[in-house]
Amino acid sequence: MAYNNSWQEYQKDIADDKYFYVRSCIRQNFFPGSEAVFLNILRNDLGLDVKEEAIHTSCTGIGYHSDIIPLETIMTVVARQFALMTEAGYENFISSCITSFGIYTEILETWHEFPETEERAREDLYKATGRTFKKPKNLAHTSDIIFHHREKIAAKAKFKLVNSKTGEPLRVVDHIGCHYAKLFPKKGLGGSEFPYVIAGMVHAWGGDIIDYPERRHCCGFGFRNYLVKANRGSSVANSQKKFESMAPFKPDLIVGNCPGCSMFLDKWQYTIHELEGVAYGENNRGIPTLTYEEMAGLVLGYNPWDMGMQMHQIDVEPLLDKLGVAYDPSEKYLGVNGEYIGRPEDASINNNCY
Amino acid sequence: MNKEVLIIGGGITGMQCAISLTEIGIKATIVEKSDKLGGKLNDWYKLFPTFTSASEVINPIKDRVKALGIDVQLNSEVIKLTPTTITLSDHTIINADAIVICSGFDIFDAKRKEEYGYKIYNNVITSVDLERMFCEGKVENLDNDTPKRIAILHCVGSRDEKVCQTHCSRVCCVAGVKQAIELKELYPKSEIFNFYMDIRMFGSGYEELYKEAQIKHNIHFVRGRISEAAQTIDNKIQIKAEDTLIGRPLKMSVDLLVLMVGMSAGKSNKDFANIDGVNQNNNGFIAPKDLFIDSVSSDIDSIFYAGCVTSPKSVGESITEGIAAANKVAKFLKS
Amino acid sequence: MSWGYTINRARDIDMDSNDMTTSKLILEKIPSLQGCIACGACVATCSTGALTKYSLRKVHTLVRRGEYSGLLEELNKCMLCGKCQLVCPRGINTRAVISLIKRELGDHR
Repeated sequence: MAYNNSWQEYQKDIADDKYFYVRSCIRQNFFPGSEAVFLNILRNDLGLDVKEEAIHTSCTGIGYHSDIIPLETIMTVVARQFALMTEAGYENFISSCITSFGIYTEILETWHEFPETEERAREDLYKATGRTFKKPKNLAHTSDIIFHHREKIAAKAKFKLVNSKTGEPLRVVDHIGCHYAKLFPKKGLGGSEFPYVIAGMVHAWGGDIIDYPERRHCCGFGFRNYLVKANRGSSVANSQKKFESMAPFKPDLIVGNCPGCSMFLDKWQYTIHELEGVAYGENNRGIPTLTYEEMAGLVLGYNPWDMGMQMHQIDVEPLLDKLGVAYDPSEKYLGVNGEYIGRPEDASINNNCY
Repeated sequence: MNKEVLIIGGGITGMQCAISLTEIGIKATIVEKSDKLGGKLNDWYKLFPTFTSASEVINPIKDRVKALGIDVQLNSEVIKLTPTTITLSDHTIINADAIVICSGFDIFDAKRKEEYGYKIYNNVITSVDLERMFCEGKVENLDNDTPKRIAILHCVGSRDEKVCQTHCSRVCCVAGVKQAIELKELYPKSEIFNFYMDIRMFGSGYEELYKEAQIKHNIHFVRGRISEAAQTIDNKIQIKAEDTLIGRPLKMSVDLLVLMVGMSAGKSNKDFANIDGVNQNNNGFIAPKDLFIDSVSSDIDSIFYAGCVTSPKSVGESITEGIAAANKVAKFLKS
Repeated sequence: MSWGYTINRARDIDMDSNDMTTSKLILEKIPSLQGCIACGACVATCSTGALTKYSLRKVHTLVRRGEYSGLLEELNKCMLCGKCQLVCPRGINTRAVISLIKRELGDHR
């Protein structure tokens, strides 16, 4: 498929090194190894300086988007994150969550347009904590960082995103998350229509990106849409619309940019199968759904079980087999200390194969 | 009379203005930036609402320019203006007693509406591409020789603040109806859907053409702006819109999506507006001295306008303005 | 197992899956219907429309998109007084249209 180059018109400055890192609230539950893999890749594989402060908090974006946290509060929380960065002597702020990235971007823009709100946040932060801060010199999402170093990762790659049996490039669906580029298209690589942040990694590592009709459609998370049980039917319907649209293109995997989207694109496949008996992917086993760090980790030869990929709802083994990644099935449910961590009951979509 | 008039732009408006001046004994020189006369009409197939060949309009005008021996300077781009001189891109300065700006418009670049995938998906083309294809006798890129469905989207680059095009380009409504009929005649078995926000049939015979398209040619009109287009696995284009007359979203896949690109203000307008007395509207078009009684005049006595430099106009209106400007120039030179 | 919710169905008018046969047949029989410019005068003057949600403009548009469900019931509200025909600027024989759609949609009751 012809791929357009309009992403080149949407470039953004991304710092080369010395990052101050803040985590996502929910990723460590659903994709538990991703953030650790990110730090390993940056620090060990690429030799970069990444600072993390144990006392950083949630950005409170979930509460904000659920109408629980007021704007003044979230601005003060964000101001505190920036204060921690300033105190640690860093200037390049990177966030491991699309919602947070949207929040940070939006708040910096708000402070720019309405300087009195920045003054207010500075005052509130000082009164509450005695802290002061500088605004980041550079703000990026962690996928921007992986994108930025994608060629260096490609140079160290142990595996390519290629079907090892047929030699064909793997067909990848990307999902970048609404708050990455729909709020401020110019802050996202490739803009909102032809996003390139994940596509760029996939191309650099040998795969193909599928540009399917509902590629830009929201996964349906919507915060209060999902959080209120009665609304979940509309949440899952949005993901279903995407699965229906991507299915004819026979994707080998889905790669998510956003914690919430990745979780839903993985877990809703199970829900849809339970509720309606419909399964997507090869042999009706679902389409493996990865984070971009997991994808990078596989390319660099990390052990999938060390990356927490046993926690995925959709089994990743068919993908590992395609990539030619060797893995020990018996290790799947062993913890870091080698102890058995327990195995969840297989759902019907998992077909009890592994 | 020994006076000289410079006409910037050798499209239909500029040519007509030069003809009208010459016919009343005033020497006119046409300065044209491209390598031939005729402007955008050279690439147009047929004209609404009569389906007259564009060549039937443009050739007699070109012939008349030649017959009258009007001085034409091709490949000459104007980069600067004063009340009595123009400067070309090679820094040549030409003196004049009066200047008529007939520099026309630019075609809106459909790539700027990224959500429609122009230049990305083969089966998304513009109205300008379609005219060229009609001229060449073949609609390119169609994977299917007998398209089942074709969509025509109005107002691409018109009435759209997102791309700084706040104005209505006027002629695309009827051009979209004309092209729908032409496509239907080319592919009688295909269904054609025009997606519009308003249908503005302002000219003589236009409303009648619209009705003919509906009833005689079975062309469907859906009130709603397409929000995005994307390619399906079988190389069709999936489009989404709201059918606003029903109040529900609508989707369909089509074999061809035609974007009715609007008229943007000419890029050169900015250069012209560098002098006091030549002013641009917010939408980039040049503002005439008065919309009613001085619509071809500037605030400078010796500078005049005609055609689409001031606002989107049809072929007939542009030619008429060429004549009107000649009249005003003559009156100025006599005084 | 109770999930407490079901998957919502899309409200899209899906022109790829809708069956346009009846729609085409109606337009072939009364081509002037295609000349409707959605002015709404028929609805403004309608005795039934004043008291119910019945809208000939909307019903006819739904027919043209292949969305027939419930339309026969809607058209049954019409009293065939003919005022819509008097006000239609495109001269559409609205009473004939109503009768025809009802006849053709008999199977969709």
